[in-house]
Amino acid sequence: MTKLALKVAAVEQLTPLVKRFRFEDPTGAPLPVFSGGAHITVEMPNGDTIRRNSYSLISDPYDPSGYEIAVRREDTGRGGSSHMHSAVAEGDTITVSVPANLFQLDLRARKHVLIGGGIGITPFLSQLRQLDREQKPYELHYAARSRAEAAGIALLPEAAHIHVHISDEGNRMDLGAILDGQPLGTHVYTCGPEGLIAAVADQAARLGWPKSAVHSEAFTAPPPGAPFEVTIASSGQIVPVKADQSLLEALEAAGVEIDYSCRGGACGRCETAVTACDGQIEHNDHWLSADERAAQKKIMPCMSRFKGTRLELDL
Amino acid sequence: MPNTVFSPSIESRPTYAGLAPRPGAPAIMVADEAGAAAVTHLATVDATAMAKAHVVLVGAPAETSDALAALSPAAVQTVPDLDTATPIVEQLLSQARMGTQLFLAGSEGLMGHISAIALASGMALEDIQMEHRGSIARRMQCVHCKGITDGVTTDPFTCSHCGLTLFVRDHFSRRLGAFQGVCVDAETPGDIPATEEIRP
Repeated sequence: MTKLALKVAAVEQLTPLVKRFRFEDPTGAPLPVFSGGAHITVEMPNGDTIRRNSYSLISDPYDPSGYEIAVRREDTGRGGSSHMHSAVAEGDTITVSVPANLFQLDLRARKHVLIGGGIGITPFLSQLRQLDREQKPYELHYAARSRAEAAGIALLPEAAHIHVHISDEGNRMDLGAILDGQPLGTHVYTCGPEGLIAAVADQAARLGWPKSAVHSEAFTAPPPGAPFEVTIASSGQIVPVKADQSLLEALEAAGVEIDYSCRGGACGRCETAVTACDGQIEHNDHWLSADERAAQKKIMPCMSRFKGTRLELDL
Repeated sequence: MPNTVFSPSIESRPTYAGLAPRPGAPAIMVADEAGAAAVTHLATVDATAMAKAHVVLVGAPAETSDALAALSPAAVQTVPDLDTATPIVEQLLSQARMGTQLFLAGSEGLMGHISAIALASGMALEDIQMEHRGSIARRMQCVHCKGITDGVTTDPFTCSHCGLTLFVRDHFSRRLGAFQGVCVDAETPGDIPATEEIRP
């Protein structure tokens, strides 16, 4: 994976929990442009492991002068976002991947409906710039619990087709009203908590929308959990996975070669075959089907964990 | 006469699963005389099928449109040919909402042409249901002059626009809603195989 060593050009506190970071090339060289919905993977060295989290780009996809991300501090996470909040300052050097996109707009759509919940607003910030430039009809709905928590308000332009729903102010998002009566050729995109993604998919199905017009991205980082061990089939090596480490991070720290891209359980790149499993895989990805999960023959090391006595991976 | 079963071919060759009920969904239905029987059958399987259906009948006699009108659809329009049907279908699609189903029944030319218009309007392929009835004549695009020849029943055939002798391929363009016709004697002009009737 091509990496870029960038300079942290600006850090801004948007809300008590959300900071915006701007990265630029140290020599001022232009960065690769991207497409709406793309993300970068940020490296955060932490002792003997390098933590890598993916964040949606929120800046203009056509602007090569810098990349911007918005990071919400998750105090119950593995520490990636709190590292960004506490240890990354203006002037630092930071290593990021080139942009990749797992949540691109379907350009065949006649209209786009974007629904972001909480920090799930982030991929839409670049998408709406792309839609504005291409003069495509769209509407954006942003739901947040309270105005104080709603980092998106500072990041969204004011426009008639951009709607902010603050549930504390009695203005809850009504998915039925949003989706009912949309013109033929509309596609809906949701990013936010699992419950919101499921609610949009449900409502769309009830209204007879085709599955191909319903898109979503869950912005999850790997969850922490109880420590466990895995065995590498080719070498017999035993790799311990710490509580605040993902399986993928543990494999990388142990020098086991493994491919990855999104590190969020969405792209499928790190899919690994399980050669022996005595216990229960905790599947936290969005890649494997229900049947594949039940079979316990595959695991997505970027997100998933294990409880049991023996897990052997085909690596 | 049921839905025609076509011989297995390349992946590009469309197959038609038949019209299946989508109870309660608003619908646009386009059929020719042979296809009208598939619409009638759908109405017997699903009593709710017609209430929100706008039916466009192409080149069908009065008794066929009377028979469909008796099923009490939201509207029935009878038009002489596909050219006349096109702006009507485009208008219906431009006013349609998400959840609308498109039911096409009849010749491959009708289904190919109307489904191409629907896809261009942003309709999803999974919302287009098709059932082949009647003639197996094909709607062909000449890959050389791009002209469309409808109602092709022989292989090879003569392009109605540029006059080349064209081989009938199973290669289908969803965007154009037509099969591709390729010059059969490009290597050796005049070396033309015997003309055969096309088969399902």
